[in-house]
Amino acid sequence: MDASLASVFVNACLVNNFVLAYFLGICPFLGVSGRVDTAMRMGGAVTFVMLVSSVCAFGIHRLLILIGAPYLELISFIVVIASAVQLVEMFVRRTSPTLFRALGVYLPLITTNCAILGLAVFQTNRGYDFPHALAYALGAGAGFSLALLLISGIRERLALRAVPDIAQGLAITLVVAGILSLAFMGFAGMGSVR
Amino acid sequence: MPEELLKGFWRENPVFVQALGMCPTLAVTNSAINALVMGLATTVVLIASGAVISTIRQRIPKQARIATFILIIATFVTCVDYGIQALDLRLHAALGAFISLIVVNCLILGRMETFASKRPFLPTLFDGLGMGGGFTLALLCLGSLREILGAGTLFGIQLLPAAFEPWVVMLLPSGGFFVLALWVMVFNRLRQPNPTGVAETRGAI
Repeated sequence: MDASLASVFVNACLVNNFVLAYFLGICPFLGVSGRVDTAMRMGGAVTFVMLVSSVCAFGIHRLLILIGAPYLELISFIVVIASAVQLVEMFVRRTSPTLFRALGVYLPLITTNCAILGLAVFQTNRGYDFPHALAYALGAGAGFSLALLLISGIRERLALRAVPDIAQGLAITLVVAGILSLAFMGFAGMGSVR
Repeated sequence: MPEELLKGFWRENPVFVQALGMCPTLAVTNSAINALVMGLATTVVLIASGAVISTIRQRIPKQARIATFILIIATFVTCVDYGIQALDLRLHAALGAFISLIVVNCLILGRMETFASKRPFLPTLFDGLGMGGGFTLALLCLGSLREILGAGTLFGIQLLPAAFEPWVVMLLPSGGFFVLALWVMVFNRLRQPNPTGVAETRGAI
């Protein structure tokens, strides 16, 4: 049991990294990866929301099967994720103003991050039970933070280098992301895909 | 009216210029047919939800508009998802969860927020058609190049001689990043009015 939990975690974090293998959450990956400290905060916020929405998605899936309306799944997922983000935002603001200031505008923006909805859809498609769903969410969040941290470190150094005019900005970032993705392919075979 | 239609293809191309909707752009373009179906599905959702939203735009309360948009988009995405499943099961399996993820494609929400919620029915229709067309075009550019280099075929038809050793890396995730970077560079080069002039002013500063 423990071994399979660990393999789900490793699989979501390294082998099938959400950003570099599934291309989920590319927008924040390209948008807020300019500096290391914002990248770290963004990673933390996304991991937290992933955990919350994973629990919600698990509950919704069971409920919709119970009442026999699977076609409502997508609509309920997106509505519940949006409200969960709102609730988390209010809760964090009440209990820890420091954390709230640190996360800033990134917290509400997470609603339209495709990695969150992708996590909910994937975990449902694969039929994970509750502990595995949690491990999957944790792994996906850790993998997202790792990818964001790596590319922001590279981009901080890239800012000081001479880059050809036509490759400025988006293009050079995509090339770096491609090389990172190649590097992550080295993890293939670790952990099993259930 | 032609202006609304054409701007999506070139001047405001959603992928190459605005960098919107990157996730499906990279994820499903490992073959030309996948790219085409994904582009068409997104266009259908874009046009249908744009039509609904521009029709009822005066009734949507301002505070709840994003939630309303997302609900309408999610409804049409569910329809498209079941539609593709009914038409071709193999294609549905190849595209997988990415059809559901059209809901969070920032291109669609962006067009609803900046265009459909402010303009009447007809311009919105043209805008949706143009933006969807531009998106499909960009996806096809990526998908066909990746399929030609990665498998030597286009839409499943053998294109390159059998002696050509396929670059399998183009079909892997990293190939998506590389090919998109290539296309963005090509677009940047084409959009520069006078490449040498730019270099000269840079040198002068």
